[in-house]
Amino acid sequence: MTLDSLVRDRRIIVCGGSGGVGKTTTAAVLAMRAAEGGRRAVVVTIDPAKRLADALGLGDLTNEASRVEGPWPGELWAMMLDTKSTFDDLVAKHAADDDQLQRILGNRFYKNISGALSGTQEYMAMEKLYELAEETDFELIVVDTPPTRNALDFLDAPARLSRFLDHRLYKLLTASNRGVLRAVNMATQTFIRTVARVVGADVIDDAVAFFQAFDGMEEGFKRRADRVAQRLRDSDTAFVLVASPRRDTIAEAEFFAEKLIEGGIDVDALVVNRMHPRFAEGLAEATRERADSLGGTDIGSLYRNLADFQLVASREEENLAGLAERVAPAPLVRVPFLRSDVHDLDGLRQIEAELF
Amino acid sequence: MNPTEYFAASRLLIVAGKGGVGKTVVTAALARAASLVGRSALVIEVEGKSGLPRMFGRTDPEERGLGYDEQVLRRGGADGSADVVARTITPDQALIEYLEDHGLSRITKRLVSTGALDVVATAAPGIRDILVLGKVKQLQRTGAADVLVLDTPAAGHAISFLRSAKGLLDAVKVGPINTQARDVLDLLEDHERCQVLLVTLPEETPVNELVETAFSLEDQVGVGLGPAVVNGLYEEYDGLDADPAVAAAEAGASLRPGEAVALAEAASFRRHRIALQHEQLDRLGERLPLPQVRLPFLFEAEIGPEEVDVLAHAVLAGVERLDAGVELGVGT
Repeated sequence: MTLDSLVRDRRIIVCGGSGGVGKTTTAAVLAMRAAEGGRRAVVVTIDPAKRLADALGLGDLTNEASRVEGPWPGELWAMMLDTKSTFDDLVAKHAADDDQLQRILGNRFYKNISGALSGTQEYMAMEKLYELAEETDFELIVVDTPPTRNALDFLDAPARLSRFLDHRLYKLLTASNRGVLRAVNMATQTFIRTVARVVGADVIDDAVAFFQAFDGMEEGFKRRADRVAQRLRDSDTAFVLVASPRRDTIAEAEFFAEKLIEGGIDVDALVVNRMHPRFAEGLAEATRERADSLGGTDIGSLYRNLADFQLVASREEENLAGLAERVAPAPLVRVPFLRSDVHDLDGLRQIEAELF
Repeated sequence: MNPTEYFAASRLLIVAGKGGVGKTVVTAALARAASLVGRSALVIEVEGKSGLPRMFGRTDPEERGLGYDEQVLRRGGADGSADVVARTITPDQALIEYLEDHGLSRITKRLVSTGALDVVATAAPGIRDILVLGKVKQLQRTGAADVLVLDTPAAGHAISFLRSAKGLLDAVKVGPINTQARDVLDLLEDHERCQVLLVTLPEETPVNELVETAFSLEDQVGVGLGPAVVNGLYEEYDGLDADPAVAAAEAGASLRPGEAVALAEAASFRRHRIALQHEQLDRLGERLPLPQVRLPFLFEAEIGPEEVDVLAHAVLAGVERLDAGVELGVGT
């Protein structure tokens, strides 16, 4: 398997990894590659990546896909995930009528869900992915995930949210209004009153109003979440792990990979950005000794500098070895430290030249 | 500014920055710097998973993680250095402690076990953050150490994390959470007791993000900003523009085959990176009138006690260059 075969054959590519390792840019390059191969591709980014929008020649990325003009036979589209409006769309899909929809959209608790409930952003990224896969004719959808440390955060996100919406507290809250269960719920009432004492009663009222408005929709949400989770495990979905060679980000990537594998998802490729170049074979220590013996001269400085890069390059390779083994047989693709940031399509092409 | 004063004047240092800029390394360096000038430091980590013990040479499996109890990372010594200790504060733990302190321990178990905390946290966003910050405030108030260094969540939530107090004051008008939020806000707004140190790399995107974060924090939270910490600067060597063959001849040394090319390429790479980092440092200085503390890039990729010491000394040198007479802050 190669990156090229993923870009050519798969329907969905998910780019995952910790923050600051170049996920968004990698995702954009993969989509561009597909367009160059004649496919209709869309890249969905999570960050409000102004720089990526600029690089693609777009003024802004929005929740609607915009077409990127370029000299390729296929099509390249880009969009940014808007958690709130994706969630609104999802609610609209499941609401029984306009009245229910409006009651939910206007609820303060609901407004908080998109911003505050952990996992919502991850869920909406997966939801958007599913929607694009089911309802559009894009041939390749590349999505970068939120910078989560734990892969399970987004693998579990759909299930977690549906559990939340189907929460026992919700059942208790709504059931307590139905006469039969009133007695059973004395303990719950006390519990809720105590919670209300801590956080304030109107906060709880908002939550109760939300769960009441949501009544009846949780089944639809749960079924949808199951399908989304299933889609992530389909054989035409590829997972590309993106990392940088620093010790701590490698450790996070290893943790991430482990969780993916536990969750039944294979890593199909590993991209390591920001690798330091190796200018010479041999040991840094030997070069360093030579530098020290020539201390105070220009050639001593030149050796000292070379030793620095030999050292960092060998450390980076050591750091990578374990991770590469863990995701094997997935290919490991190294992208060197670039001389400058990506500002335009040429910048993306430079990365492309390293990736493929 | 005398580092001894600096680490006493700001009792709580909040380290913030986007993922990948080396926030935790900087946290370690700040704590160690304080300890080197005799100020005990308590590092507070909020994600329950940290490379900190490793950076201080704690490689035993039991010592590798951080727990809710304080753990000594480095003992002070006869040289006048003080202890560096560390602990984790997670929202769930902070909540349990909070409820117990408020005589509500009987609902604690239920709140956590039913997952009702999720519901409450969604009803009043920021409640997790305020619980953590409330505990930090308590540690600060009780003088748990001379200096507290707080490593903020990595995923770019520094602003929402620090805004939680203000947000909650609007959402929760009465009760203990309101009091808690007010107390936390008092601490955050007290520039004597609390400073936020933003960490960045000398690269375009991280610099842009730091500038944006600095202005948002000052506008939206009213926190005092400490120096901007620029991490990962290549040390500058003289002589890197010399031609290797000529330089070798001058020193009476001979080059092995192929070595001239390798030396020249490596030198060119470093010169280019250094030119770029100057550009970024200047840009940061122009856009953000904050003093800068600059930390070297460490070619030794694994950070251990020696590397932390190198960075801690760089912190001390940076702090000494701070002008004591100037109030640190974007607005001044």
